[in-house]
Amino acid sequence: MSALKKFTRSQLFMPVVCVVLVLLINVVYDVAQGRPFYEFFRIYLSDAAQPVLQGRLISILNRGSEVAILAIGMTLVVSASAGTDISVGSVMSLCACVCCTILAGDMAPQTTELAVPLIVGILGGLVVGCLCGAFNGFLVANLNIQPMVATLILYSAARAIGLLVNHDFIIYVRNDTFALLGGYIGPIPTPIIIAAACIAIALLVLKKTALGMYIQSVGINRKASRIAGLNSALIIFVCYLICGLCSGISGVVASSRITSADPAAIGLTFEMDAILAVAIGGNSLGGGKFNLAGSIIGAYTIQAITTTMYNLGISSAVAPVFKAVIIIIIVVVQAPPVKAYFARRRAAKALPTAKKEAASV
Amino acid sequence: MENNVVLTMRGITMTFPGVKALDNVDFTLRKGEIHALMGENGAGKSTLIKCLTGINDFEAGEIRVDGVDHPVKNRSTMDAQKIGISTVYQEVNLCPNLTVAENLFIGREPMTALRTIDRRKMVKQADELVKRLDIKVDVTQNLENYSLAIQQMIAIARAVDMDCKVLILDEPTSSLDDSEVEKLFKLMNQLKDNGVGIIFVTHFLEQVYAVCDRITVLRNGTLVGEYPIADLPRVKLVAAMMGKDFDDLAAIKPEGFTYDADAPLEISARGLSHKGTIKPFDLDIHKGEVIGLTGLLGSGRSELARSIYGADKAQTGTLKVGGKDAKIKEPIDAMHLGMGMLPDDRKAEGIIGDLSVRENIILALQAKRGMFKQLSRAKQEELADKYIEMLQIKTASRETPIKQLSGGNQQKAIIGRWLATDPDFLILDEPTRGIDVGTKTEIQKLIIKLAGEGKSVMFISSEIEEMLRTCNRMAVLRDGQKVGELDGELTQERVMAAIAGGDSK
Amino acid sequence: MKKPANALKERRQINSNTLLLLITIALFFVMYIAGMIAYSSKGFTTVQTLCNLFLNNAALICVACGMTVVMLTGGIDISVGSLVALDCMVLCYGMANWNLSAPAAVLLVIVIGVVMGVVQGFLIGYLEIQPFIVSMAGMFFARGMVSVISTNQLSITADINQAFYNFANLRITFPFGATVNRQGVAIYPYIRLGVVIAILVLIVTFLILRYTKFGRGLYAVGGSEQSAAMMGLNVKRTKMMAYVTCSILTTIGGICFCMNGLMASTTTADGFEMDAISSAVIGGTLLTGGVGNVIGSFFGVLINGTINALVQTDGRLASSWPNILTAALLCVFIVLQSIFAKIKEKSK
Repeated sequence: MSALKKFTRSQLFMPVVCVVLVLLINVVYDVAQGRPFYEFFRIYLSDAAQPVLQGRLISILNRGSEVAILAIGMTLVVSASAGTDISVGSVMSLCACVCCTILAGDMAPQTTELAVPLIVGILGGLVVGCLCGAFNGFLVANLNIQPMVATLILYSAARAIGLLVNHDFIIYVRNDTFALLGGYIGPIPTPIIIAAACIAIALLVLKKTALGMYIQSVGINRKASRIAGLNSALIIFVCYLICGLCSGISGVVASSRITSADPAAIGLTFEMDAILAVAIGGNSLGGGKFNLAGSIIGAYTIQAITTTMYNLGISSAVAPVFKAVIIIIIVVVQAPPVKAYFARRRAAKALPTAKKEAASV
Repeated sequence: MENNVVLTMRGITMTFPGVKALDNVDFTLRKGEIHALMGENGAGKSTLIKCLTGINDFEAGEIRVDGVDHPVKNRSTMDAQKIGISTVYQEVNLCPNLTVAENLFIGREPMTALRTIDRRKMVKQADELVKRLDIKVDVTQNLENYSLAIQQMIAIARAVDMDCKVLILDEPTSSLDDSEVEKLFKLMNQLKDNGVGIIFVTHFLEQVYAVCDRITVLRNGTLVGEYPIADLPRVKLVAAMMGKDFDDLAAIKPEGFTYDADAPLEISARGLSHKGTIKPFDLDIHKGEVIGLTGLLGSGRSELARSIYGADKAQTGTLKVGGKDAKIKEPIDAMHLGMGMLPDDRKAEGIIGDLSVRENIILALQAKRGMFKQLSRAKQEELADKYIEMLQIKTASRETPIKQLSGGNQQKAIIGRWLATDPDFLILDEPTRGIDVGTKTEIQKLIIKLAGEGKSVMFISSEIEEMLRTCNRMAVLRDGQKVGELDGELTQERVMAAIAGGDSK
Repeated sequence: MKKPANALKERRQINSNTLLLLITIALFFVMYIAGMIAYSSKGFTTVQTLCNLFLNNAALICVACGMTVVMLTGGIDISVGSLVALDCMVLCYGMANWNLSAPAAVLLVIVIGVVMGVVQGFLIGYLEIQPFIVSMAGMFFARGMVSVISTNQLSITADINQAFYNFANLRITFPFGATVNRQGVAIYPYIRLGVVIAILVLIVTFLILRYTKFGRGLYAVGGSEQSAAMMGLNVKRTKMMAYVTCSILTTIGGICFCMNGLMASTTTADGFEMDAISSAVIGGTLLTGGVGNVIGSFFGVLINGTINALVQTDGRLASSWPNILTAALLCVFIVLQSIFAKIKEKSK
């Protein structure tokens, strides 16, 4: 099989095609608008006193950080438990609230000073994220509750608890140190660095340990995995824990971006984006085999779509319509009957060479 | 078409890309006969059946069914059902959350004048139907409340009630115990007397001879022949299926392979039990021994093994492994003590379907090493290749998802998984179920070889003959209790007597 | 097996599912009566309070019935909230700006509902795409379309469409249970048409699920898709029709919603899909499919509504409490379900 053919059948094919398509639309639009074709890729330093990197590509990477981080946890959860964690957006909001409430201390709801060292607030947020993850994980792994139902609890409760933590206020922490997390380190946007670090750690863990195989194994056949010596419940639990941690990190970054914790706004519909990222990445939402790289590409694709739509002058209120259409196109192309149809046409063309499929019969 | 013939298939040919799955196969089914369709895995039995029921599309040939005046080409199982061809599979295809009556009538419910379901009438008809076939169920209960055997009979009842002329039973007895098989045979004979033609696909040779009138043998997608049962003794049948004269099966066991009570102990269980499945039992297993667990299905054979392995945690009793006290809570604990277990339900508890053959083989070893000590890719491939070669697993490559392999090859891969962990004590629960005769012998030889290396094997099988060939001692179970042990000269009569009760000493 | 002839009647079996349903129903009454005792001074004991419970939740009852139908097949439809919003927006905008008559506007939203249902159902049933993803797209689409039509908050007044306004405000007054207000005038409890519609929807859905081929087909598909197909059910069509049914019921719910609020905005019926799902789950419907019925979902809605009503009546609690309480209740219920499932497994 040629390298090209191999690639078109690989799981990463679709997500990459999506990215290329989005890029193309941008380039065509730019050229049509009389801008150079490389406008989209142009990265430049702003001319402020402290120059920072700017450009559409940077903006996509920057804005897509939260979803990318969430996509890591979501991919593992989907793989191990054949279900989605729909609570991530709400948990993000709760973590942001906890983080900011700790940081603001007595000075809530508005402060420019930190009541406690930054790290305490961050850790507070992350610990709450982990607790939420552990709660979901316990329900799914130990009580065998369907993931969507189990996470439905925190989906509706976490945001409400966040509001309770905030005493119904929006907590503002207008502090430069705190703003750093959602701002810039040197010329580079911090969220990009954080997301890159998370992705790197995740990939490293999956490469260097057998966690990836364990998760897939449990996701495909939980009972068989147990007989083969895996602690299925623990592995599923860990996936949810990681997902909770990812929500925590995203939540802290998101609140730092706007230097406040607004329970109603932070992480709104992020669960949808995170799940979408996993799906665009070519991963089955039915669990089992996964490809983390696909999900990450999926996450940035979503952001690229959003950014492109703004670029094309589509209002943010209308954007969901286009998003819906794009989702449908992507999933239809990947739908099993559609794939089977193309496979049949391919097979009809190349009958004698396809010996491989015969071995499976 | 002859008067008493209900189905003829002539010259059926079908190719999967690159492989001829069926080559000019003929098959004839007469009214009121039970016709066994035999062949090794991959001989084309399922493909032939799928051509008949419309799941597969054949390229050449002709199917004619009694009462249809043109050649039949079914597009779906529904088409097949309409002309009277029904299939009952090993995995029951009914809905467990509906009542028995609903399962019998779904899709063809009796309706009231208002186009709604007449539930009362449905229940009445269902009750009459099950009574006629002598199936003892309450039709208003959910199907999930009944055993697999009953469910299977309900499926047959459904097929029968839909005026089927051809009833295909695809491995229906694989998960039934002897008494249930008996009941099923009774039902089959009753249908036969009513003029239904039954195609019976099975791996159990005894059952073929117990119930069938005629045998059609396939090999490598071609027809070997059609024989009246009396003309084809067992040995000849096996020869026809294998395409060669078969080794004398009894010759596997080497000289002097007998029970040695003085060999050091590998496993010593005292008072182990699991509530509801196995009552407290004592059992000693020596090094280099093949111990067979025998008893009827549901007698606690699997459960005894599972309680040792920790698949169902033992709730009472003590266990010594290699002379040391052992606490086993989960299978992984047992694995660290050098155990391995091939569960009886390959699909549910054995294979990880979407993972590759390689990953399936190394999984247990990896689990034993722990998450952080990942086997290198090179090592994984080496191990996979080793066992693919050693067990002659037929697979396109080591990266092929295991679900694409045939059942026997899947089983071998799972055996490879356990061999890779280098176990001292290996439990094999029905390792040969649903596997063709050739592979069966290979697995039996492997068991003997392992014992020869000083390892202990616990072997569970529904086929007594097979156990007689491989075991040097047997433990007998009845009704969830270990009732005795047999050593010395093992004969079918002794084992049967022990299983059935009476004096097992 | 010999049985007396009268044993042929279908016996109601008390299994864990029925038990859960009974718990749900009992819980509703316990909560409601507790509310009556605790808040008697704030008028919780009046018949009108009970009527209000139905008034405020008529739309949710319809939507929960629809959700139950898709959940029975093992699917889910998270687009229902957005569809309700779209219905409201089309009704408001259509009558105000396109000068549609009330029946025309209602017909238009029903057509929209059917189209949404057919498209989603086709993608899920025939192209085998995950229900969650499809209905998520449906959710984005419907919510986006609301914004496309208008980002303003619209309302229906008597000036815009007299007929619809009158229809929506039609009171059905009960001849009993009156409360006497400060002026000494007896005020009889009333409901609006929406409640009647919702109850009708509930009854019809119940009958469909129990006494039609389609209804039993839903259970069969949810129980085992493969088996259902083997037994000759058209699984793809059944699944598609489930989503069409859900969308139609949701649209009816949307009309009820609009009749109750008489307005529409981009945030109308936000989070409605989760209310519907949690109602169904509290009512004993399993997301895995095959188990559940609309009676349970109905009481699930009432429990949700009672929590809201109690928190509102109390007046001192933070606005986030209804959410937290519902979630806590949901938690209790699914843990109970899980425990029952475990007991069942053990007894096997």
